[in-house]
Amino acid sequence: MTTLESLYGQAVLLFAALVLFVSFVMLAQSRVTTLVNLFALQGLLLALTTALVAVMQNSPHLLVSASLTLGLKVILIPLLLHWLILRMGLHRTTDEVNRPLQLLLGAASLVVFSYWITLPVVQLSALETRNIIAASTATLLLGMLLMISHRQALSHVVGFMAMENALFFSAVVATHGMPLVVELGVAFDVMVAAVIFGVFFFQIRESIDSLDVDRLSRLTETEESES
Amino acid sequence: MIALYLLLLIPLIGMPLLGLAGHKPWAPRLNNWLNAATLATSLALAVIVLRTGTLISDDKYWLVDAFNVYLIVLTALVGLTTGIFSGPYMAHEEAIGRLNPRRLRLYYSMYQGFMLAMYLILVTNNMGILWVAMEGATLATVLLVSLYRTPESVEAAWKYFILCGVGIAQALFGTILLYFAAAQVLGAGEEALEWTTLYTHAAEFDPTVLKIAFVFLLVGYGTKVGLVPMHSWLPDAHSEGPTPMSAILSGLLLNDALYAIVRSKMIVTQAVPGHLPGFLMMGFGLLSFLVAVLFLHRQRDIKRLFSYSSIEHMGTMTFAFGIGTPAATFAALMHMTTHSLTKSAIFVTVGHAAQIAGTQRMDKIRGLIATQPQVGWGLLVGTLAIAGFPPFGVFVSEFLVLVATMESYPWLTLALLLGLAIAFGGLFHHIQPIVFGQRPEGQTPVRANMMPVFVHLALVLLLGLTIPGVLADWFDEAAQLISGGMPQ
Repeated sequence: MTTLESLYGQAVLLFAALVLFVSFVMLAQSRVTTLVNLFALQGLLLALTTALVAVMQNSPHLLVSASLTLGLKVILIPLLLHWLILRMGLHRTTDEVNRPLQLLLGAASLVVFSYWITLPVVQLSALETRNIIAASTATLLLGMLLMISHRQALSHVVGFMAMENALFFSAVVATHGMPLVVELGVAFDVMVAAVIFGVFFFQIRESIDSLDVDRLSRLTETEESES
Repeated sequence: MIALYLLLLIPLIGMPLLGLAGHKPWAPRLNNWLNAATLATSLALAVIVLRTGTLISDDKYWLVDAFNVYLIVLTALVGLTTGIFSGPYMAHEEAIGRLNPRRLRLYYSMYQGFMLAMYLILVTNNMGILWVAMEGATLATVLLVSLYRTPESVEAAWKYFILCGVGIAQALFGTILLYFAAAQVLGAGEEALEWTTLYTHAAEFDPTVLKIAFVFLLVGYGTKVGLVPMHSWLPDAHSEGPTPMSAILSGLLLNDALYAIVRSKMIVTQAVPGHLPGFLMMGFGLLSFLVAVLFLHRQRDIKRLFSYSSIEHMGTMTFAFGIGTPAATFAALMHMTTHSLTKSAIFVTVGHAAQIAGTQRMDKIRGLIATQPQVGWGLLVGTLAIAGFPPFGVFVSEFLVLVATMESYPWLTLALLLGLAIAFGGLFHHIQPIVFGQRPEGQTPVRANMMPVFVHLALVLLLGLTIPGVLADWFDEAAQLISGGMPQ
C-alpha cells in the first residue's frame, strides 16, 4: 500500500511538473496553432491528474470534474479556437516574442518566487502537496506572463484559460477539488467566457482589421487627438 | 424564504423572456415591471429580516442578514430606476441608428441577467458561488459594453473582459486557498465554503494560508471594485458602454464586489493576528482615492470624469471598511448607499446631457440649463451632492468617515481632506461651464424621464437631513456584525 501511495505521489508530482513545463513551452511559442494544441495538451494533463486523484482518493465527484475538463478544455475550446483560426485565416500568423531569453529567465524566476511564497503553506499540508501548490502558483503566474508578453488576442485567450487550468490543478491536488456545485458553476462560466471570446474576435477584427491587441490603444489618459 | 427564491426567480424568468421579446415596443415596460416586482420582493424580504433577524435557509445555501439585506433593497431600487431611464434612452439610440433590434434584445436580456448575478452575489452563503456569480456579472455586462460596436467600445469591452477575467481568477485562487484552510479543520465538503460555517470556525484556521488567501481575494475582487492600480478597465468600460450600463455598473457592481471583499475580511480578521487585512484595505483604498482625485482634473469625456469619481468613492469606502471600527463601518455602509443613489442619478443625467449635445466630450457640451432646465439642474445638483456638499447624504457619510479616521488614525484625515478639496475643484472646473455656459446654436431638448434622478436625489437629501430610525438601527446592526469579528 505504501508503495502505491508513494507511486501516486510521484505520479501527481510528475503531472505537476509536466503542466508547468507545458506552460514554459507555451510561453516561448510563436505560432498560434501550436499554442492552441499545447493548451489542449495541458488540459489533458489536468484531466488525467483529476481522474488519478479521483480513483486514488475515492472521490467520485472528481470524475465528473475530470470529464468536464476533458470535454471543455481538451475538446470543445481548442476546437472552437481552431475553427476561429481557420475562419479568420490566422493559421500562418505568428506571435513573435520580443526578447525570448529574458522572458524565459523571468519565467524561471517566477517559479522560484512561487516556491518562496508557498513555503509556509507547503509545510502545513498533510496531503501530497509538497511541491504542487508551488508548481500551480507558478503556472498561474506564467499564464499571466503569457498574456503580458504576447500580442495576439488569441494568445491572450489561451493565457487566460491556462490560468484557469492552474487554478483547477491546485484545487484538485490540494483539496481534492472544490464542491461539485462550485465546479459546475465555474465550468459554466468558462464555457460562456469561451463563447464570448469567440464573439469578440469578430468584433475586434471588424474594428481594427487585425487581432493584434497592441493596436487597441485608442483609450488612454493622455489622448490629445481630435477625433 | 419564498421572497428569497422569488428574488432570484424573477430575473431568471425575465432573461429568456426579454431575450425573445426585447425589441418589441413594450419590452421596456416589461423590464420595468420585472424590476418593480423584484423591488417589492426585496422590500418584503427586508421586512422579514427586520422582524425575525438573520435568515439562513435550511440547506444553508442562502444567507440574508443585516449586512446584505439593505444592499439587496438598494440593488433592486437602482435596478428599477435605471430601467425606467433606459426605456426612452434606448429608444433614442435606436432612432439615431446606433442600435438594431438584435442588440436591443441582447441589452434587455442581459440587463436581467446582470440583476440576477447581483442578487445571487448578495444572497449566496457559499464563497464559491459568490465567485461564480461575480464572474457571471462580468460575462453579462461585457457584451453590453461593446453594444455600439465602435472601435473604442470594442477596445473597452476587451480590456474589461481580460482585466476582470484575470483579476477574478486571482479571487478564485483566494477562494481555493480559503477552502484549503477550512478543509484542514472542517473536512472537505460544501460546509468548508459556507460563509456562516467559515465565520464561526475562522479562529481555528491556519493564519498563513488565510493571509495569502486574503491578498488574492482582495486583489481579485478589488479589480472589480476598481481599486488602483487595477482600475484601468473602469473608466473605459463606463465611458464607452451605453449609459444605463454605466449607471448600474457604478451603482451596483462596484458595491457588490466590495461586499465580497468585506465578507472575506470578516472571516480572515478573526484568524490573522494584527490588523493586516485592514491595513491592506486602507492602503489600497487611500491610494485609489488619491490617484482618482488627481485624474479627475485631466478628463475630457464626461462619463470618464464620473467614473473616476466612482473610483474615488469606492476608495473611500474600502478605506473606511479597512479601519474596521464600528463607527468607520457605519460610515462606509452609509457611503455605499448614498454613493450608489447619487452616482446612478448622475449617470442618468449625463446620458441625457450627452444625447442633447450629441457627444460626450466636455468641451462640446454647453448651456444645459438654457437648453433643458431639468437636465441641467439635475446635473448640477447631482454634482453638488457627489462632491460632498451639505445637506446631501454624501456629506454626512464622508463626514462620518472623517470622524472615524480622526479617532483611529488622525494623520490620515489630512490626506482625505486634501483629496476631497482636489476632487471638488476637479468636478466643478468641468461641470460649471457645461451647466451654465452659452447654449450652442440648434441644440434642442430630448425626450427625458427625469423621475429616477429626482427620486434618487430626494432620497440622498433625506439621508443628509435625517437618517430614518429604522435605517440607522440597520446600519448599526450591520456595523456591529461586520466589525464584531475584530479583535480590538
